[in-house]
Amino acid sequence: VGGLALLAGLVLLGQQSATTTISALVANPPGGTITTVALVLVLVGAFAKSAQFPFHFWLPGAMAAPTPVSAYLHSATMVKAGIVLVARLAPAFATVGPWRPLVVAVGGLSLLLGGWRALREHDAKLALAHGTVSQLGLLVILVGIGDAKLTFAGTAMILAHALCKAALFLVVGIVDHQTNTRDLRRLAGLGRLLPGLAAVTALAALSMAAVIPTFGFVAKEAGLQGLLDLRVGAVGAVALVAVALGSVLTVAYSVRLVDGLFVRGVPRPDDGAVRTVGAPIDPGRVHCPARGFVAPPALLALLSVVFGLAAARVGEVIAAVAASLDPASGTKHLVLWPGWGPALAISVGTWVVGAGVAEVIHRRAHGRDPRPVTATRVYASLYDGLLVGSRRVTAVVQSGSLPVYLGIILLTLLAGLAYSVWEGVPRPDAPFADSPLQVVLAVATGALALGVLRARRRFNGALLVGGSGYGLALVFLAHGAPDLAVTQFLVETLVIVMFLLVLQHLPDQFRPPPSWAPKALRIGLSVAVGVMVTVFALAVSSARDGRSTGRAYIERSLDEAGGKNVVNVTLVDFRGFDTLGEITVLAVAAIGVVNLVGVARREQRRKHLTDGTDRADPDGTRADDRAHRLGFRSIVLSTTARGLAPVLAVLAVFVAARGHNAPGGGFAGGLILSAALILGYLAEGRRAFDPRRVRPLVLVGVGLALAVAVAVTPLCFGDALLESAIVTLDLPLVGAVKLVSSSLFDVGVMILVAGVVLSALGAFVQADDRRPTVAAEEVDR
Amino acid sequence: VSVVLALLVGVLAAAGTWLVLQHTLTRIVLGVALLANAANLLVLVAGGPPADAPIIGRDGPLGDPVPQALVLTSIVIGLAITTFLLAVSYRSWTINGNDQVEDDIEDRRIAAAERARRRREGR
Repeated sequence: VGGLALLAGLVLLGQQSATTTISALVANPPGGTITTVALVLVLVGAFAKSAQFPFHFWLPGAMAAPTPVSAYLHSATMVKAGIVLVARLAPAFATVGPWRPLVVAVGGLSLLLGGWRALREHDAKLALAHGTVSQLGLLVILVGIGDAKLTFAGTAMILAHALCKAALFLVVGIVDHQTNTRDLRRLAGLGRLLPGLAAVTALAALSMAAVIPTFGFVAKEAGLQGLLDLRVGAVGAVALVAVALGSVLTVAYSVRLVDGLFVRGVPRPDDGAVRTVGAPIDPGRVHCPARGFVAPPALLALLSVVFGLAAARVGEVIAAVAASLDPASGTKHLVLWPGWGPALAISVGTWVVGAGVAEVIHRRAHGRDPRPVTATRVYASLYDGLLVGSRRVTAVVQSGSLPVYLGIILLTLLAGLAYSVWEGVPRPDAPFADSPLQVVLAVATGALALGVLRARRRFNGALLVGGSGYGLALVFLAHGAPDLAVTQFLVETLVIVMFLLVLQHLPDQFRPPPSWAPKALRIGLSVAVGVMVTVFALAVSSARDGRSTGRAYIERSLDEAGGKNVVNVTLVDFRGFDTLGEITVLAVAAIGVVNLVGVARREQRRKHLTDGTDRADPDGTRADDRAHRLGFRSIVLSTTARGLAPVLAVLAVFVAARGHNAPGGGFAGGLILSAALILGYLAEGRRAFDPRRVRPLVLVGVGLALAVAVAVTPLCFGDALLESAIVTLDLPLVGAVKLVSSSLFDVGVMILVAGVVLSALGAFVQADDRRPTVAAEEVDR
Repeated sequence: VSVVLALLVGVLAAAGTWLVLQHTLTRIVLGVALLANAANLLVLVAGGPPADAPIIGRDGPLGDPVPQALVLTSIVIGLAITTFLLAVSYRSWTINGNDQVEDDIEDRRIAAAERARRRREGR
């Protein structure tokens, strides 16, 4: 019937336009009643080819073929022939009389009917066949309306459908082969026996149900968006409703298929079932399929996800193909994340309602739950599901081993990097080096970092990391970032000092680490991260598009913030709010350190008191003595340090103050200030850190309060937060001095940074004093 | 970005990753420091090729101040993190007598309970 109608239609069309090549036909479409009749005939032919209502029955009936044949013919090639014909003619003839209503009506009916039948079917393969009818209906609607956007979406949908449906046909074939049945009523719990196959099926089904981030989702979103943008009156609205309802059914039968094949199965009728349905499968007799057997569907299912993630790339190919159907669709794009909007809302709605429908049908079939669905019960079951779900998720993602967590984080990092690199391929013209000096510095820094891997002693490891950090400071300097160089240099110095203080307590050598994973895996992960990061670094430079916030900052710096050092101005003025947040983090870290060490010390003291080791020194005077000995032995050094400390303190204030116009600033100043106080400590021993004299946490508070005060003050005058006030004073002798309020902010930062460093040092130093034996004695020797 | 600096970022990141994957807390602290250095360098070099410091009045093309400001912030935060981790390893040492990272007992318990439940239902 279909072929005959098609032939008749094409002959009539040929008569009307005096050509039988489709391109000429489309370029110069004929009109008139006979054309309309011809088109209806062509459509009938196309519908028959693509198993549309009322010709849909042949497709499920043709499921006698071996599964691979079904997979090939019914998911990809044969049934799409009618779709292609419709797509090819639609741009020219969509506006002709009954075309659009006919396409939407037949497509919509097939979509809904196929979905419904798929939902009722017990034979997995037949369910897939009805699902195909349904999906073909969707395609007819998409490509038949004759809108460029929809044709494009339809083309993408053809690919998505081919991928997921072929994978599912193959899976069903494997299940059939392994268990000798495709009856969903006999297949409960297969997932436990064949977890790999279940995962493949779940992936493919996700794409079929158009759940993010699969390619099915991308294509469906494009289609929904196209339908929403459509302006063809009632037909478009009907199409949208049909697609939405059809999608609900698609989600429902996708869920039911996976559930039926691998999880709970489809409930069996209660009595005498064995005779009509057959016995449930015997778990003992199900063997795992060979790897090569599962590979093809696994590949297809994976592609569904990969294509979804790489939607933009795939979209380019699709556009090229779609252009041959409708030239206007060659310029369309696919996106993975469509953004919040009605299209996404419809998608999410179909997922929720579809899953709900599947659940209701399951319950119905079970026959044990005839009570009507009420809001209360929906809420209760959602709540229970949430609890059970989160427990399961927790059990999977939180295995309790830190290295496993790290591994997951690193793998995610790798995936993210790979994705972004793929999207922006590295520029091939990157220079080898910007200067010979850069090569030297980079080699030294890298070599020191690699040296850490070989360090057996903690102390060496710390020194090597510090050295590598110094090297990096020089790299910063060579790159034109003196502020960073200064800060990096000071930070590395302080870190080394802190390491020295803490490492006194820890054993000298690393113990051979207990292995949590094969060494090869850890090496592979590390190398992979290194390689990916390198490629990423090469790729980011090509991602810059020339628009730079920095340029604007440079232009505005002098006028608006009264500072020449744009980095510093950025920190204390343009992005001052970020800095405020950052120093708050610093303050919290300082409090954390003080408390952590404090708790540890109390714990230890309690231990010592029970041991009796500390009884000889109840008031801590000896400890004071010992701590004193921790400082410089030599009087020369001690005196030098004593003299140097105030100089450093003055320098710190100077560096902080000039930071607005030259390299320096509050962070550098604060770090130098704390260096000065460390010298004081080394010269004077513990007394410099006597908690009764210095309370570093108070410094932290004062610094933070000052910074906040400076930040908030402009609000009182009706200005924006952190608005700079510039005052020029005429002082005798000195001349005109320009004062900027944000300098005061920097002073706050300086005090806070010094306070943070001192809190940490003070905590570690006092921890020293309570170690009755090891540390001090070792220094003595 | 010059190839040399890109490679340096990679080496720092790889070394840091290796150290972070250890069980010894001190090594993890060192690894975090190296990873922070790698990230800082990456952000800086992503801002453009070497240029004069972004200080008004300098001749020559000025560098982009925004990545520099970001990295400066990051360096100081890195100091705070290193200090905090050092405090943690000190505490671990004084209380537990070692600075090995232990598995999270609570997470282990949940995972085990879930496995047991699976087995029960499987039967």
